[in-house]
Amino acid sequence: MALLEIKRDACTGCGLCLQVCPFGALALDAENIITVNEACTGCGACVPECPTGALSLPEVEKKESSDLGAYQGVWVWVEQYNGKASPISWEMIGEGRRLAARRGTILTACVLGHEAEPIAREAIAYGADRVFLVDDPTLKVYRTDPYARCLVELVKKYKPEIFLLGASTRGRDLAGAVATYLYTGLTADCTGLEIEEGSNLLLQIRPAFGGNIMATIKCENYRPQMATVRHHVFEMPVPDPGRQGQIIKEKPVLLEEQIATRVLDLIVEKNEVNIADAKIIVSGGRGLKGPEGFTIIHELADVLGGAVGASRAAVDAGWISYAHQVGQTGRTVRPDLYIACGISGAIQHQAGMRTSKIIVAINKDPEAPIFQIADYGIVGDLFTVVPALTRALKKKLNK
Amino acid sequence: MQAIVCIKQVPDTTEVKIDPERGTLIREGVPSIVNPFDTYAIEEALRWKEKLGGKVTVISMGPPQAMSALKEAVAMGADEAILLSDPAFAGADTWATAYTLAAAIRKIGSFDLIFCGRQAIDGDTGQVGPGVATQLQINQLTYVCKIAKLDLEQKKIEVERLVEEGKEVVQSTLPCLITVVKDINQPRYPTILGIRRAQKIQIPTWTSKDLEVDPKLIGLNGSPTRVVKIETPPARQGKCQIMQAESVEQQAELLAEKLIAEKIIV
Repeated sequence: MALLEIKRDACTGCGLCLQVCPFGALALDAENIITVNEACTGCGACVPECPTGALSLPEVEKKESSDLGAYQGVWVWVEQYNGKASPISWEMIGEGRRLAARRGTILTACVLGHEAEPIAREAIAYGADRVFLVDDPTLKVYRTDPYARCLVELVKKYKPEIFLLGASTRGRDLAGAVATYLYTGLTADCTGLEIEEGSNLLLQIRPAFGGNIMATIKCENYRPQMATVRHHVFEMPVPDPGRQGQIIKEKPVLLEEQIATRVLDLIVEKNEVNIADAKIIVSGGRGLKGPEGFTIIHELADVLGGAVGASRAAVDAGWISYAHQVGQTGRTVRPDLYIACGISGAIQHQAGMRTSKIIVAINKDPEAPIFQIADYGIVGDLFTVVPALTRALKKKLNK
Repeated sequence: MQAIVCIKQVPDTTEVKIDPERGTLIREGVPSIVNPFDTYAIEEALRWKEKLGGKVTVISMGPPQAMSALKEAVAMGADEAILLSDPAFAGADTWATAYTLAAAIRKIGSFDLIFCGRQAIDGDTGQVGPGVATQLQINQLTYVCKIAKLDLEQKKIEVERLVEEGKEVVQSTLPCLITVVKDINQPRYPTILGIRRAQKIQIPTWTSKDLEVDPKLIGLNGSPTRVVKIETPPARQGKCQIMQAESVEQQAELLAEKLIAEKIIV
């Protein structure tokens, strides 16, 4: 629906607004009165142009605190790619379950996709009580506009109290748009969530300043309380295929011709492993001395079934692509095991990996800062240590 | 091409220290820099301007000293700069910041593309770019690592986005907002000529009175979120166990045993 409101009796048909509309959304009808079509984005460019004040946009709703009680329940957006749900979504379902229990309410999953009903059933198995399933070809691949509009409409209709999304590239892209539409608070990249005693507000805990501080954030007067959540922070729940829940089918908001964006292709690097999701990461830095140095890193990663990461120094030197970069200007990772080879551990690198469960440092400099945050370390030349570790693990794991 | 670049002045987080007694950030003496991701946004705007002609306007919301960040952008080659500064803007969260930036962009007028960095290194939210796009009701393309095609006539753009699974090739229409990752380019250094221009340029400051904004929606008042507590994270427990043995092979064996005992390798 176009946002623009037109007072038909005030319109003189002067056509001034037609010239300023960037989207060609306005036209004069048979009675020489302005009409608006679906191309209208509510940008408001036309509103001040109208000499008779016939055009207006709805006021942004200012919520009274008394309305807040109408918002109930915990929601999780289930991210999917190629018909497969991303693990972070199930971690959030697990955490959402806990928060819903604390609030004495139900847990709802929002599944958007095409032929995504199996994911909806999976969401119930992981712990959702109810699933909103919007199943449509326009939602097959993630695109901001159709996804955001769908979630906005669902929120307006069902009014959740808490809404969690994964802090993935898609989750952050989507949450930023949805919270802006709804005019509500959004906290990015949370590593902790709690319900405050007494107020029952969601306490959202997140790192800032490159992990130097932890901030607790509240959203008191707006609903839903929205947060994106970092992956691997919350336990992966065990699915129960026998679990019962309700699947409610909802309709998409936009038609394909109303969506400006097309996803044409996905370029996957050869042997690309998604470091954000990896349970084990073997990373190489300046100490590798060249692109060939990554051969031994790859070999160790292969034995462990892990992914290859890199420090900024290695990426800037052109030894490996940016997709592998761990750290403040690369990706933030939280694997079970992070092995840093030839990485000194500058604070920017630490910001991207310091919350890993186990950190191993292999470095020839015993004073390297990486040893201060590592659990295990070997001081030595990585070109002999790393292959030796690969051999030792191969032997012990019978590979 | 009419390009607008949104930048932020940030404290150099590598230099941020914590007051151990109060657990607060010591920001005095910490150098202020242009958010590193924003320098890629400036560079990308400049490159496309060089190809297609047009103008690059840089805007920043912040305290008066953020002027120096704008001057740096001018020294790199930006044509114009505008500072949004007003005590009434203070305390803005990502919602109120996006609202204010969007109001300034509306005042600037027509544009083809808005460039933003992926996120600022102090807040690390990555929410302001999508917020601005949504406020302006234009398309957003986030985490862009390459602009493959830009056609102002046809109003079409094709980019590669860095997503978890690889690089997603996406086509959209102009005007739109993109947020860029580091991979997209190598920012230039300011030229002598640019630095001279930056010294001379008069950069206007817009306050809330210069913008069509609802006073209830800017600054702290307009911000749905509140920071209620700041603390320093607990230091990592892990006292590093250094593998001591006679040979590298034995050190490696020892480490392999420890890792297997942690039950994290399957």
